[in-house]
Amino acid sequence: MNAPTKELLKQHLIDPEICIRCNTCEETCPVDAITHDGNNYVVDAAICNHCMDCISPCPTGSIDNWRVVSKAYTLEEQFSWSELPPQAEMGPEEAGTIEALEQEIESLLEEARSGLGGKPVAPHSASRPTVNLHNRNKPAVATVTGNFRLTHADADSDVRHIILDFGDQRFPVLEGQSIGIVPAGTDAGGKPHNVRLYSIASSRDGEKPNTNNLALTVKREPGGVCSNYLCDLPRGAKVEVTGPFGATFLHPDDPAANIIMICTGTGSAPFRAFTEHRRRSMPDAPGRLLLFFGARSPQALPYFGPLQKVPDKLLGKYLCYSRVPGEPRVYVQDRIRSEAARVAALLKDPNTHVYICGLKGMETGVNEAFADVCRGGSLDWAALRTTMRESGRYHVETY
Amino acid sequence: MDIMNVDYSTKIPNNVNLADDRQVLKALEGWHPGYIDWWQDMGPEGFQESLVYLRTAVSVDPKGWAKFDYVRMPEYRWGVLLAPQEEGRLVNFGKHKGEKAWQEGPGEYRAMLRRLIVIQGDTEPASVEQQRHLGRTAPSLYDMRNLFQVNVEEGRHLWAMVYLLHKYFGRDGREEADELLRRRSGDADSPRMLGAFNEKTPDWLSFFMFTYFTDRDGKMQLESLAQSGFDPLSRTCRFMLTEEAHHMFVGETGVGRVLQRTCEAMKAAGIDDPYDIDKIRTLGVIDLPTIQKKLNLHYSLTLDLFGSEISTNAANFYNAGLKGRFQETKIDDDHQLTNATYPVLKLVDGKIAKVDEPALTALNMRLRDDYSEDCAKGVERWNKVIEKVGVNFRLQLPHTAFHRQIGEFKDVHATPSGVIISDAEWAKKRGDYLPSDSDAAFINTLMKPELEPGKYASWIAAPRVGIDNKPGDFEYVKIAEAA
Repeated sequence: MNAPTKELLKQHLIDPEICIRCNTCEETCPVDAITHDGNNYVVDAAICNHCMDCISPCPTGSIDNWRVVSKAYTLEEQFSWSELPPQAEMGPEEAGTIEALEQEIESLLEEARSGLGGKPVAPHSASRPTVNLHNRNKPAVATVTGNFRLTHADADSDVRHIILDFGDQRFPVLEGQSIGIVPAGTDAGGKPHNVRLYSIASSRDGEKPNTNNLALTVKREPGGVCSNYLCDLPRGAKVEVTGPFGATFLHPDDPAANIIMICTGTGSAPFRAFTEHRRRSMPDAPGRLLLFFGARSPQALPYFGPLQKVPDKLLGKYLCYSRVPGEPRVYVQDRIRSEAARVAALLKDPNTHVYICGLKGMETGVNEAFADVCRGGSLDWAALRTTMRESGRYHVETY
Repeated sequence: MDIMNVDYSTKIPNNVNLADDRQVLKALEGWHPGYIDWWQDMGPEGFQESLVYLRTAVSVDPKGWAKFDYVRMPEYRWGVLLAPQEEGRLVNFGKHKGEKAWQEGPGEYRAMLRRLIVIQGDTEPASVEQQRHLGRTAPSLYDMRNLFQVNVEEGRHLWAMVYLLHKYFGRDGREEADELLRRRSGDADSPRMLGAFNEKTPDWLSFFMFTYFTDRDGKMQLESLAQSGFDPLSRTCRFMLTEEAHHMFVGETGVGRVLQRTCEAMKAAGIDDPYDIDKIRTLGVIDLPTIQKKLNLHYSLTLDLFGSEISTNAANFYNAGLKGRFQETKIDDDHQLTNATYPVLKLVDGKIAKVDEPALTALNMRLRDDYSEDCAKGVERWNKVIEKVGVNFRLQLPHTAFHRQIGEFKDVHATPSGVIISDAEWAKKRGDYLPSDSDAAFINTLMKPELEPGKYASWIAAPRVGIDNKPGDFEYVKIAEAA
């Protein structure tokens, strides 16, 4: 059972150390939520409706600050500040549907969800996630217990399956959540590296049942600071981990839920987690799982071997290859179209959830394919997509 | 016509329905090539082909307000953007108070109004001219980008004023618009109209001081013109203010970052005495007393821009409802000032004294006092930077009577604390108060470009936040050297 939620507020604040008091925000705010005294410009939490009109006109970026609070800072408190207070630690039980407490992570997730076309909503039947148990100042330290190449030795891309063990540290996760990795060392300017987010590729009860570990799917990017750092880690190495993050892109726990999963490359990570969770916890669930998975070739498709062994009864697999010599290029959107009847039937079912994960570039094609499928099935994709999103059944995470 | 969206169907982005205003459109299209020539001649030197990560307004709606992308500066979309018209807006001060705001220039005030617009318009290209050499010595790509952003927006402000001239002032307006392109900052024969805009901006510390102090005068002037009963002028200035805020930001954070770097370097080297100038300069940073001198210079030059203490012009502009006070509508009085007085600093029997003057003729002073108050707040922020690092030094604004070329105090010499001194003593002390040749020479030795993304010159700290939330090593300018 979920614990009762304490109402939390994401409060809009202005950083007094960066603000130059130019009055642009106060002038811009359509609901007069911003005011000032001789010291600071401040936002009245009782009036601010998060319309974001003030964000882009601000010349300094000081306006783009947020704190998750159980009780809003008053105007008087804000007037007295010479710097912003740190984000207070929140117990995991308090976090509600807030995806992350830190602005750095929040904006990464916001960017990843920007293809949704609206506010993300968690599936109704999802378990309650724990969020932000560990942050940069208080990271968990995980031990690498496995690091395997998933792609064929001949394939150009080096995608790895990396297992991180948390020992006796508490790090509860749900399928669909992400963790932050803090690469060791500093950048050229001597500052710590930015945190990178990776989707968890294993089930909530661990890579193997009842272990306190998780798996990541990491592609080595040429020149990539974090991916090279991770891919080169030997067994036994220690890694600083933050998170977990994410409170909407989650596995629906309702056994009747149909799940259409669409991914490319390492976007498969959360779907490996979904599939594994289904297999372990509800192997006879009536809901259907479909996976549309695109890669350049079978050799470059992460988890190609293990996927072959997953029975069709558990998972309908549509693997598509865009660079197999002598064969036409097939993309995920092509397979969605060729399975139109089946996809349309599922979309008509109010138990169906759609998840898209992979590169930003895939969004348009997939959307158009759904629109075509819907037209053929007398459905209006634009309207349906909104309905599905609002009821927590449409999810996007692209990067 | 959708007032919130800019019309790109014509050459000139605008939200004033130029497409249906053939005459004005034609006039502006005729002016455009001359503007581009001026920009190529007098705009940022050596970087016209570089790709600069600039903000362009594509709509005056807050959500479409700031679109960031790489642009070659000569291809920047300078346009005519006015804040949305307020339904039922009135003239809020002067003898026409309570009348409907004018949508056309009132005939009796045409000449006066045109003069106001031309004076404002003349400052916009002037600062671009003053700053044209600075790109060569930018302390980082971030700062270079900020310089160019300031420059293109000053260019747009020129457009804004030129639109008004073309639209509402016929042939006279067109001639004035051409003159705006003909005058040159610092030119012996054809200088810009106001003194401070003919001074050099020799180095980046001056640039930051200029954007802090002199652009803040711009802010005050725009704000009081935004009160105008002539509605198109009001709407133009309201939108310009949102851009001007970026210039304040460049100045305030620029100086703040210089202070930060100096104080940190002093601490690291174990130097506690801010007046140990030689030792501090060997660290490759600008000593605090020299920064104070630069501040003295730019603040005093800018005070001159507010004009004479007693001005019948200012009274006439106000009476006519053309130019109000700073935040006029937020002031609680009769907005006509018929019998009101205002205390003004004057020279009485060789002494500095406060004298009550009719508020109407003292309007320049009121605006200048509001300006000084605004300046002082930022100086306090700078002092906090110094204090936080733990250096014992405070910056302050010099006295109003210090180093003035215009008004009551132009014939006397006063110290920064406001003590009147003899010519001989001034000659002795001048170098303590204002940057000397040797100060300038030292600062010049530091003006070396730093063009690697994420790197900063020795004398300035990195900013705390990137533009458009970009990471520290973002390449704000992709430099293409002009052939």
